[in-house]
Amino acid sequence: MSSDSSHNVSYLDYKGRWKGKITSWIFSTDHKKIGVLYLFSMLILFSIGVLFGFLMRLELIAPGKTIMEPQMYNSIFTLHGIIMIFMFIIPGLPAIFGNFFLPLLIGAKDVAFPRLNLLSWWLFMFGSLLAILSVFLPGGPVDTGWTFYVPYSVRSTTNVFPALIAAFILGFSSILTGLNFITTIHRMRVQGMTWFRMPLFVWSLYATSWIQILATPIIGITLLLVVMERAFNIGIFDPSLGGDPVLFQHLFWIYSHPAVYVMIIPAMGIISEIIPVFARRTIFGYKFIAFSSIAIALMGSLVWAHHMFTVGMSPTAMIIFSVLTFLVAIPSAIKVFNWVATLYKGSIQLDPPMLYALGFIFLFSIGGFTGLIQGALSVNIHIHDTSFIVAHFHYVMFGGTGFGIFAALHYWFPKMFAKSYNMKTAKFSFWTLFFGFNVLYFPMFVMGWLGMPRRYYDYLPEYHIYHFISTIGSWIVVIALVAMFANFIVALRKKEKFTEENPWGGETLEWKTSTPPPLENFDIEPVVDSHPYEYKMNEPDQDLLKEEGTK
Amino acid sequence: MFSNSNYIDSVDHAFIFIVAISFILLVFITGLMIYFVIKYSRKNNPKAENIHGNLKLEIFWTVVPVFLVMGMFYFGWVGYADLQNPPPESMKVKVVGQMWKWYFDYENGVRTDTLFVPINKPVKVEVTSIDVNHSFFVPAFRFKKDAIPNRINTAWFKPEELGSFDVACAEYCGLKHAYMYTEVVVMTEADFLAKMESELAKKNIPAPTEVKTDK
Repeated sequence: MSSDSSHNVSYLDYKGRWKGKITSWIFSTDHKKIGVLYLFSMLILFSIGVLFGFLMRLELIAPGKTIMEPQMYNSIFTLHGIIMIFMFIIPGLPAIFGNFFLPLLIGAKDVAFPRLNLLSWWLFMFGSLLAILSVFLPGGPVDTGWTFYVPYSVRSTTNVFPALIAAFILGFSSILTGLNFITTIHRMRVQGMTWFRMPLFVWSLYATSWIQILATPIIGITLLLVVMERAFNIGIFDPSLGGDPVLFQHLFWIYSHPAVYVMIIPAMGIISEIIPVFARRTIFGYKFIAFSSIAIALMGSLVWAHHMFTVGMSPTAMIIFSVLTFLVAIPSAIKVFNWVATLYKGSIQLDPPMLYALGFIFLFSIGGFTGLIQGALSVNIHIHDTSFIVAHFHYVMFGGTGFGIFAALHYWFPKMFAKSYNMKTAKFSFWTLFFGFNVLYFPMFVMGWLGMPRRYYDYLPEYHIYHFISTIGSWIVVIALVAMFANFIVALRKKEKFTEENPWGGETLEWKTSTPPPLENFDIEPVVDSHPYEYKMNEPDQDLLKEEGTK
Repeated sequence: MFSNSNYIDSVDHAFIFIVAISFILLVFITGLMIYFVIKYSRKNNPKAENIHGNLKLEIFWTVVPVFLVMGMFYFGWVGYADLQNPPPESMKVKVVGQMWKWYFDYENGVRTDTLFVPINKPVKVEVTSIDVNHSFFVPAFRFKKDAIPNRINTAWFKPEELGSFDVACAEYCGLKHAYMYTEVVVMTEADFLAKMESELAKKNIPAPTEVKTDK
């Protein structure tokens, strides 16, 4: 691959042995192209997920039937969960921005196993298409909730089987990506890039990858057991065959709780990249942020049963899981404090990536604090499985990871595509999204506390006002997302190239190569001789993107 | 604060305690963030200062939150610990969930689809299900217990106010999950005994359904 012709060629133009426009993308082993493939496939899946969420909210705008039957509603919330969790939030940041930027950030030419990387994308697409296909197969779309709780998932006559297989395949994609990243980080750092000179996003990917490798096989096996339960009646989980449905919940959450940290840790990594750049100073407490990612990964693997406080566990188990749940909040708090401290005596510019980063801190904090509320045993008994939980995890997953993904997109978009987006539209969509988000999800805290259970097609009249406000919020969120995506699409269609190497004035290596990056990332191998955010206190050359916004 | 059941106070107090601390911290973090963004904006502070960290500060904001969250844990645990141990004089009721309704078996052989309980008497519920998972949820009592087939989950509560309160299913169970509502009716002891009497007299109760063994 390192023939002379590949030098100085933008990765976007390099086709290798593939002549076609499409084949040169879908068979490329270039980590950057694979990252872009993931980006587009996931944004499509995300849009489908948003559509389902929008329809759910529309159904709930008033009590009784509004636009769909209960069976349809049950399938839609299930698919919303499966798509958003398995196909967007879990793999999102590592697969899109990890793929594209991990090698750049550590000065490598590619990931350790480029072909395995391409295979991961193919597996991802195969799993996703199978899940989408299951909607149209006879039997009807799966209606078990994304959690596939037994015995319901064994009894449901809908297409549970393809959905389980799809999730199983998606798991392999995650495992292979994790394996690839760990090897890349261990073996392919450029000279001078010691562990403590790695950008914090790399640390977060490292922690995440270990969880993916260690925990994903458990869900894979568990889902296969459900498949076997349905097919052969073996009686592991199904109580009517002598199985134990609570065992399923344990196995499910042993993976799915760490998976929550797979979702959030890389987003925290993104925030740790963005804040120093837009504050023009080094990060506060580098090692504490780096190690808190590892601490979250370790402790987060030991708190799964806090999803099951009402299931009937021993008091000992309850105490241990509650204590650990509270303790896992500490490393997250450390990160938040360090980010805020990084603003101290900075020189702060509120460009769109920074707005998303600060929005992340606020929304994630609310998500974290409401997590503490749920960690308290007596309170948990009341709010478990109510819309309070729904609000909490949307604050963490959407307000946290979602905003992290949007922050990354606004931050790296010019580097990835050599196109600049409109700053005013970007700021407009941020504020609209931020406002709409709170209108959409905050009422769910209130009605959850008042006793509104989750996954309800219909509700008692006393909850109407909260559902109504929430649905209005969903419209604002959709408007904001449309504005954001339209902004990017307009930017992509621009003829004018944006070739500024370092528009934001970043110090990490991805800003030290041309825009867009060449095929093997660096024409001259970079040299690393300091920490990742050592601002030498000089102003960036030019803020071209800023001018763009004032046009 | 009025009280519908014995848990209300402990749950609400733990809730308010955590919400209060969280609110103060959130306002502090957000306020500080906004203050810094204005004070150290590029306009007001064109030249940044590199500060790599401060060990004392790191220790401070690690140790203090540990104490705070352990306090939260304690409040949550105290409220919960009680739920485990029904007083020996409790009235026993078997709560059975099925798709998509509840029924309640009393020790005297009465079966109802609404839960009748006397006021100020501890009630021990044995919650189970005959098909898929459900969850017996009484929001007004701050009380919930999962109904799982082949498993009996016990818990107890003591209603402290007369009236009818909603019972919902809190674990997704399929098509009519949202309609699996019934009520718990808290009555005076005399009314309760009369109700049991009349139910016994009716005796048109179907024989108890066995736990299903077919699929």
